[in-house]
This record gives sequence, structure tokens and C-alpha cells, in this order.
Amino acid sequence: MLSIKNLHASIGDKEILKGINLEVKAGEIHAIMGPNGAGKSTLASIIAGNENYEVTEGEISLDGEDLSELAPEERAHKGVFLSFQYPVEIPGVSVTNFMRTAINETRKANGLEEMPANEMLKVIREKSELLEIDRKFLSRSLNEGFSGGEKKRNEIFQMAMLEPKLAILDETDSGLDIDALRIVANGVNKLKSDKNAIVVITHYQRLLDYIVPDFVHVLLNGKIVKSGDASLALELEEKGYDWIKQEQEA
Amino acid sequence: MDLKEKLISSFMAFEERIDVHAELHDVRTAALKNFENKGFPSKKEEAWKYTSLNAVLKNDFTVFPKQENEIQYSDVKKYFLHEIDSYKIVFIDGVFSSHLSATTHEGIDVCLLSSALTKPKYKTIIDTYFNQIANKEESLTSLNTAFANEGAYINIPKSKIADRPIEIMYFSTGNEAALLVQPRNLIIVGENAHVQIIERHQSLNENPVLTNSVTEIFAQKRALVDVYKIQNDNLTANLIDNTYVSQQEESSVAVNTFSFGGNLTRNNLNFYHFGERIVSYLNGITIIGEKQHVDHYTLVQHATPNCESHQDYKGIFSDRSTGVFNGKIFVEREAQKTNAFQKSNNILLSDKATINAKPQLEIFADDVKCSHGCTIGQLDETAMFYMQQRGIPKKEAKALLMYAFSNAVIESIKIPELKQRITKIIATKLGVKMGFDL
Repeated sequence: MLSIKNLHASIGDKEILKGINLEVKAGEIHAIMGPNGAGKSTLASIIAGNENYEVTEGEISLDGEDLSELAPEERAHKGVFLSFQYPVEIPGVSVTNFMRTAINETRKANGLEEMPANEMLKVIREKSELLEIDRKFLSRSLNEGFSGGEKKRNEIFQMAMLEPKLAILDETDSGLDIDALRIVANGVNKLKSDKNAIVVITHYQRLLDYIVPDFVHVLLNGKIVKSGDASLALELEEKGYDWIKQEQEA
Repeated sequence: MDLKEKLISSFMAFEERIDVHAELHDVRTAALKNFENKGFPSKKEEAWKYTSLNAVLKNDFTVFPKQENEIQYSDVKKYFLHEIDSYKIVFIDGVFSSHLSATTHEGIDVCLLSSALTKPKYKTIIDTYFNQIANKEESLTSLNTAFANEGAYINIPKSKIADRPIEIMYFSTGNEAALLVQPRNLIIVGENAHVQIIERHQSLNENPVLTNSVTEIFAQKRALVDVYKIQNDNLTANLIDNTYVSQQEESSVAVNTFSFGGNLTRNNLNFYHFGERIVSYLNGITIIGEKQHVDHYTLVQHATPNCESHQDYKGIFSDRSTGVFNGKIFVEREAQKTNAFQKSNNILLSDKATINAKPQLEIFADDVKCSHGCTIGQLDETAMFYMQQRGIPKKEAKALLMYAFSNAVIESIKIPELKQRITKIIATKLGVKMGFDL
């Protein structure tokens, strides 16, 4: 589904990604782990089409289609979803209205009619129950005054609404208490199918107890230096990242 | 003959035409003298550094319009808040239109300044309030005072609540090639009384108009006053709005200015405090383009302890439009425990658009909280990326962000139908059909 080959990217003069290779197939969950500053969030941002970064080499494709020339919204229309580490506050625009706009724009781009209002309400009800979100919450301004946990839960609610092909969860666990973490993970697991794929970006192993990855990759200094199965995450939790750094230097 | 000479030479004829008592004659004469000495303001004056009236004053304005110009309600209905009941004081080319208006004398006075100025029963009120808070040194205010004849007179007595909003509407028909109008409003809100006022100036065709308006508002103890100024006029309309607010203790006055239209708009908004625990709100949204110019020139004079003022101005400027925000806060030595806040946030959407933002704080008391913040920027890129990531195209995302940007001020509108109306104007101004009703 997602294919990244020899991806190099920089911001200004600074090279952040130095040759990333990653293959994600439908039905898989991948975890990307690594210390702060390794380039995890940059990678997520670049897949989603953030124009602040310059891709200097390599390619990203989704189901064989090159994404590099596509604007962020075009990538979204093709099924790329990024759960933001720091979701943005949009005063005056309710969660519901925002979702309605996002869904209908996506449908329009894919040659579909707008979703009828009653169907929209039904889906909203369904998905908000999945994330245990209070209905009142949905009429509040998007992310404005939300707690850290509410913002993250709202991100996954949006993912549930948009049903992306590829979901990248960037530090979705940060700022979540254990109950919220369980709700979010439960939501993600229910959305998981053999038709979509999930890339979880995290610093800590904690989230991976709930969303169990098929593959774990370690990102260090702009490169994936080690890949393994779920047990690698446990090993990292126990030993930290230093041993990998040493392995690299050796 | 230029406009200044034309005005001065027509003064005698003007006074003969209207019925004035001796005191008013003296007030007018003194005002005319001041205007004669100072003339129209020029860019040489600090207060007019960024706003030039030169081009506007080149028009050959008619200073006294013909008496009878009629318009049909159906043609102008859209300018009124027609979804709800309101009192209406309507003027056509400066002349009162009784058939478009809905005035009252039942419990509250919602009527005409011309009758208040001439009828004996209003004499005490006129002597007490007329031209009392307006700045006698300011030349355009003086010009208005000299020729003050018609406008709204609103008097809400002690503990009365105006049961519906009052709309003050000034239409110009364009039956004159170029028209100068000088409305004068006097608004007195008694102790514990409450009123909501909407004011609008609207030209009905493309002939140039210059409006030099003066409004005096007196808010007595614990009075509650909300004023909404809707400035969404044609590109040939020019407005100089001089508003003076006098507040007694524990009163709360909000003036919300929505500037979307017009060629040149200057808002001189002045608040004066005369008691403790007064709250003043000055809010504004400016969304302009082409070569439009909007200048907000505010003054809050904190003279008494324990008072608050909140200024929140948002501006979005595209094309070659220019904006000015000059916010002066004056805290006198006696005004301890003052809370005075001022914000002016601006977004420039084009390289050729300009904003001049200038906060001016003069603080002579030592125990006060004052803050000011002027920001000038482009749209937040992270927020744009966030919305695009959710599939919202760049153009819609931009519109949504601008709406979000002006939201804090939209939220301060207390009349739901008006809020809806303003929101709609903003959505149209932003030029984008949103995927939903805001």
C-alpha cells in the first residue's frame, strides 16, 4: 500500500531524513519508534504532504501512485490520514461542521454526492459512541479549550469518520491517561481491517500494549536502523535506545 | 469654491431655514468658528497621518439635499434586521422618512433629534446633553455641530429596557451627484436602563457620498448599552464616524464596529469614564479589499478607579486595501486598579495591502493592569496544513481560518439574527461557499 524508497528530506539547509525505506501492506500495523529528534514526526508530516519540508531524493507512493506532486488535501482524498501530535484549534467551527466539510470535500473529490444530512448524523452518532465521545462535545469549537486527551480522542474520531486507507498516528499516546489511552486504542483496533493500514509513531512502548504492531522500526538520525516484530518494542522499552546507537557506531 | 468655503458661506442660510433658540445658535456659531480655524484635517496632523481626505473632498458635494426623496421598503428591506421586530429611525438623504420608520414615545423615546432640538419640552435635556461629551476642539465634530439638525434621538429612562433593538438607518439615494450628509445622534440611557442599537449608512447607487456623523452616548449609572455599527457600503461611499461615549459608575457600554465596505471609513471612537466599576468594550472586524481604506482611531480615557476597558480589533486586508488602528489608552493618576486591554490582530492577504497599527498608552497611575498587542501576519501555516490534511481544499481552508480568526468578535454579538447576518456577510466577503451554514 505505502511504499517509501530512499527518502531524503530537509528543512532549510538541514537534512532530517537520510534515506528511509518502508513498505506497508494492507492489513498491517507498523510502529516507528525512536528518540526525540530522530525524524519520526517529520516522516509523518512528509507522507501527509507538509510543504514546509523539501523532499530532495527518493519517492513515496500509495497503491503504486506517486504522491510527491500532490497537495495535502489531494493525499487526504486518496485516503491518507495523519493524526496530529498537536491538533490545531479552530474557534467558531464546531467539530460536527468541520467533519461535514471534510467528508463532503473528500466525497466531491472522489466523484461522490454529498452525504445526506440524516446519514451524516447517523455516522456521527455511531463513531462518537465508538470513541465514547459525549454529543455535546461535538458542537464545541474544534479543539478549542480541549484537554490534551480530548484532542487526541477527537483526532481518532475524525479518523473513524473519514475511514482512511492509511492512518498515521503521530504520538497519539502523549497526553493520554490510561483510560483515554484504552478508549483510543480500542477505537483504532475496531477501525482496523485487512483493507487499511496503520503506522503508529511513538516514543514509548505503552501504546503498543494496546495496538499491537506487526512490525517495529527504529528511526535514528534520519534512518531506519533496525526492524523487527512486536518484541523489539519491549526490548527498546527495557534497554532504551543507546544500545542501538552503539550498535550503529560499532 | 472648495467644500470648506461652501460650508461656511451656507451657514447663515442653514440657520434661517431651521428653528433655533439662542443657546443653540451660540453652540453652532462657536463650532463653525472652530471648523473655520482648523479646516478639514490633513495628513500633517498626527491623528490623520495615515488617512487622507484630499481625494474625497475634491467631489462637488451638495450640502443641503432636496427635501423629498422617497424609497420603497421592499427595495431596502434587506438592509434591515427584518426577521425580528425593531424600532426604526430612517433617513433618506439626511431627511427623516416617516413611512420607513417605526418610532415610539411609549415609555422610551425613539425619535428625531430635529424635534428634540426645537420642541420646548426637550429643552432641559438638550441643554444638559447636546454637545456635552463631543470634542469641541475637533474640527469635523465641530463641522457636524454647526450643521447638526437631524438624526436619532433616543432616551431610555431609568430602569426601562428597550424591548427590541433600535435600527438607525441612513440611506442616500444618489439623486444628488455628490452628497454630504451630517447626521447627529443623541442617545441617553438612564440609570439601570438597557438598549441595543444598530447603526448603518447605506448608499443606494454609485454616486459619491461623504457622511460626517457624530453620535453622543450617555450611559448613566448601571446602564447597559450595546451598539453595532455595520459598515458595508458601496465603494463610492465615505464615512467619518465620530462617536463619543460618556459612562457613569457601573455602566457597561459596548461598541462593535463591522467594517466591510465603503471607500474610506474613519471611526473616531471615544470613551470617557465618570465613575467607578465601569466596563467599556470596543470590538471591531474589518474585512476589506480593492483600494478600500478603514481607519480605527480609538480613545479610552480612564479617569476613575476600578474600571475596565477591552479592545479587540481583527482586520483582514487583501488587494491594495489599507487599514489603520490607532488605539489610545489614557490612565489618569486617580484611576488606580484600572484594567485596560487592547488587541489588534491583522492578516495581510496580499503583498500590496497595508496595515498601520499603533497602540498609544499613557499611564499616570501606578497600580494598573494594561496590556496591548498588535499582530500582523499571514495565515497560520500549521492550521492550513491541518485542515488540508483532513481533505479541505486550500481555498476553503483559508476561508475557514479567516472566519475562525474573526470569531471572537462575532461571538460578542448579542442579537442572534444580527450575528447570523454578520456571519453571512463575512462568508460572502471571504468569497467562499462554506460546506455548511456557519
